[in-house]
Amino acid sequence: MNIIETLEKEQMRADIPDFRPGDTVKVHARIKEGDKERIQVFQGVVIRKRKGNTGATFTVRKVSYGIGVERIFPLHSPLIDKIEILTRGRVRRARLYYLRNLRGKAARIKEKKYQKTSIS
Amino acid sequence: MVKKLFGIKLGMTRYFLEEGKSVSVTVLKVGPCVVVQKKNFAKESYNAIQVGFGKLKESRSNKPSLGHFRAAGAGCFVHLGEIRIDDPDGFDIGQEIKSDIFSVGDIVHVSGVSKGRGFSGVIKRWGFSGGRKTHGSRSHRIPGSIGCSATPGRVQKGKKLPGRMGCQRVTIKNLKVVDVRPEMDLLLVKGSVPGSRNSVVEVCKIS
Repeated sequence: MNIIETLEKEQMRADIPDFRPGDTVKVHARIKEGDKERIQVFQGVVIRKRKGNTGATFTVRKVSYGIGVERIFPLHSPLIDKIEILTRGRVRRARLYYLRNLRGKAARIKEKKYQKTSIS
Repeated sequence: MVKKLFGIKLGMTRYFLEEGKSVSVTVLKVGPCVVVQKKNFAKESYNAIQVGFGKLKESRSNKPSLGHFRAAGAGCFVHLGEIRIDDPDGFDIGQEIKSDIFSVGDIVHVSGVSKGRGFSGVIKRWGFSGGRKTHGSRSHRIPGSIGCSATPGRVQKGKKLPGRMGCQRVTIKNLKVVDVRPEMDLLLVKGSVPGSRNSVVEVCKIS
């Protein structure tokens, strides 16, 4: 294997759950203030995932007090304590930039149905 | 104590520090450099050691350098370089110098030959701002006036004009060593270094 790839593989985290654009997630991010450390939760919709080894990132969008907030997290960052998946969304594209132009009810994402109902 | 080593640039990547910060690093493969010749003040009027980097088959070496390599008996190398040193007699011919002379947190200067840009214009080469793109302007990327008229009647020496760019020796100063892997001969420095992948670089320890 390429040397740079081996270096990157060492730093990659194995405990990252599998999630996709459209899913609603809770990201527990570690924040250092002076010598204290606390955990901040950022909850929103994943609107983009960028591939890569250590360079992989994902963007979470939420609407806070009527203002859209997007945060880009490095997927393998040690500052991420854990990622919780709340719902799986049913979306038809990989980059959900159209959500930026929508607000309120229009910006909802349908939940994925796992169990298919058989037609008798 | 050796403060300089030769190596090749492998490429760049993202690296997470222990506190969680992400830094962009260049991965360098430095050493092992093998002492091929010792240069003394008595004979060469300066003190240095000549080191070889990158093992080469004897059959791949050209004849003039093969004579030099055979006289040393330390093998053949792709690249030869000199390291100025106060006491060359403290080294043996064939001695290997590895990347463990560096440690995390060191400040290094990295030199190499920059990527060649070919014949480039003044905007790329000297950072000129160029002309207007629209409103009838026909001077988009041209340098404009390059001097006065009858006095002095010539273009000043050293005027910045288009020409060959890159392919020059460039030193990037004060790069921080982020990680050292002596077992893999790797050195990770914060930031970019000159040259393309697999180009030879010189890493000099400052503090």
